[in-house]
Amino acid sequence: MSGGIEIPVRVTQVTPVAHRIKRFRFERLDGGPMPYFSGGAHIIVSMNDNGHVRRNAYSLMSPPYDCSAYEISVLHVEDSRGGSSFMHEKVREGDEMRVSHPVNLFQPDWRGRKHLLIAGGIGITPFIAMMEQFSREGAHFELHYAVRTRDRGAYCEDLVARYGPHRVKIYCDAEDNRIPVARLLDSQPLGTHLYVCGPAGMIDGVLKAGLEAGWPEQNLHSERFLSSQPGKPFSIELTRSGKTIHVGHHESMLEAIEAAGIDVPFLCRGGACGQCETMVTVCDGKLLHNDVYLSDEEKASGRKVMLCVSRFEGNALHLDL
Amino acid sequence: MLVEGIKSRPVYKGLSIQPRSRRHIFALEGEGAHALLERKAELDDAALSRSEILYVARGSQAKGYDEALRELGAQMFFAGPTIATLLFRLKGTLATAHMGTRLYIAGTEGFIGQAMMVALDHGMDHASIVTEHRGSLARRVQCVHCKGITEDVTHSPFPCSHCGLPLLVRDHYSRRLGAFQGVNIDAEEPGSAPDPEELFL
Repeated sequence: MSGGIEIPVRVTQVTPVAHRIKRFRFERLDGGPMPYFSGGAHIIVSMNDNGHVRRNAYSLMSPPYDCSAYEISVLHVEDSRGGSSFMHEKVREGDEMRVSHPVNLFQPDWRGRKHLLIAGGIGITPFIAMMEQFSREGAHFELHYAVRTRDRGAYCEDLVARYGPHRVKIYCDAEDNRIPVARLLDSQPLGTHLYVCGPAGMIDGVLKAGLEAGWPEQNLHSERFLSSQPGKPFSIELTRSGKTIHVGHHESMLEAIEAAGIDVPFLCRGGACGQCETMVTVCDGKLLHNDVYLSDEEKASGRKVMLCVSRFEGNALHLDL
Repeated sequence: MLVEGIKSRPVYKGLSIQPRSRRHIFALEGEGAHALLERKAELDDAALSRSEILYVARGSQAKGYDEALRELGAQMFFAGPTIATLLFRLKGTLATAHMGTRLYIAGTEGFIGQAMMVALDHGMDHASIVTEHRGSLARRVQCVHCKGITEDVTHSPFPCSHCGLPLLVRDHYSRRLGAFQGVNIDAEEPGSAPDPEELFL
C-alpha cells in the first residue's frame, strides 16, 4: 500500500473527553512497541465500514517517546463525510483497526528560542504531543488555546494543571474572551516561532496578522487538514491503466481510484504533503484545486492536481496514472 | 581553478526594505553603505524612526560613507572601527530585540558571513535575513585540515595562514562558520600545486 506499511492495532480504550470529542488508544496486535514519533506528527487511520475503506489523518497526541500505544482525539464533525461518524458511532474497545506509520508535516523548528502555540478547538491535538517534547527538552513555549464553550474544550484543565497558567492560557468564545493575537505578536522575543492549528479562518487570520506584524514567513507555521469536500460527481480517464473512474458526490478522486484497485501514493490525504500530486494529460473543463500544496502558478497551469482534496467540473479529465 | 556548482554557495538577493517590519537593523561594511544609500527613496521618516544603522568602513575608509549614512537620519547610527566592534554592538541590539525586527547585511562575503553567524545565534532564520554583496570578492576561508580561518583570500590556491598548506578554495560554504572551505590541493604530491590565480578580487 502506498501510504507505507500499515500497523494492525487494537482499540484498547475509548474515552469521551468533551462534547463530541472522544480519545482513542491503539496498541499493536502483536504486543510490540509502536514506532517513536516527533511532536506534530499524524497517522492515517483506516476504517473498514462494511468493505468501504475510509482513511483519515489524525494528529498523535500521546507522548512522542511513549511507544506503548498511540492516542488520537477525534471531533465528531457536524457535516462528517463518514470518517468521524464511524469513529464515534462504530468503533468500540477491543476492535481491530489499521493505522499508518507516523508522518510529521508540522515539525517544530528546534532552532527557535521560543515556541508560541496557537490552537483553536480540536486543533489542540498536535500541540499536546509537541508540549510533551518541549517540556522534556527544556524548550521555552507558551500555548494560547481558544475554545467555543468550556464543555467543548478538550483537555483545558489538564493542560493548565500540567504546564501551569503562565504557559497555558485558555480563551472561551462564549465568555467573550479572544486570543489577543496582535498583542502577542508584538511582544515576542527575537527567535520566536509561531505555530497555529485550528479552523481555516483562524489559521488564515493568525498567519496574516503575523506577516502584518513584520514576522518573517520562516517563523510562521501552520497545519490544516483539509478534508475532501463533496461536489458534483464526475468521471476521469486514467491513461496508463486504461480505466475510467467515476467519482461520486461524497468521494474524493483518491478514494475512487483506490476503490478501483489502483495503488496511488499518498501521505496526508489532506492537500498538504504533495505525495498524491498527479500529472493532468487532458483537461476539458475546470480543475477545482482545494489543496494548499501546489503554488498558484501550478494551479493555474492546469498540469497538476492533488487527488486527495481537489475536484473537477467539465467534459473530460485524463490523468497520467 | 575553482570548484563551482556547489549548492551551499550563498545567494545574496539584494537589500529590499521590508515595509511591515517594526524595526530595521542595517549592518553595513565598506561599499555595503551604497546598498542602503541607493535605497534612500524607500526610506520614509516612519521607516527611519525605526531604523538602526551599524557601519564599519574598512577598505572604504576616507570615502565619507559614514557621513552620508549619518545624514540619512536613522533613529540610531553607530560607526565602529573594526568588524569585531560592530558585531559586539549587533549582539547587544539583537539580544533585546523582538519579533518584527528585520536584519539587513551588506558588504563583503566575509562580513556578511560573520554578521549572519551572530543573527543565527540569536535564533533568526537565515532565509529571513536580507543580504547584499558589495565590494571586494575576497573570501573568508576555513582550512579543512587545521580549521584555521584566513580572511580576505583573493587567490586560489593560497597558503593557509595557520598551517601553510596550499589550499584550493571551493564554493562549498559553511553557514555555521561563515566561511568557504579550503582543501589541500597537492596532498598526493607535495610541491605540485598549480600557480595561484587571482579569482576573488
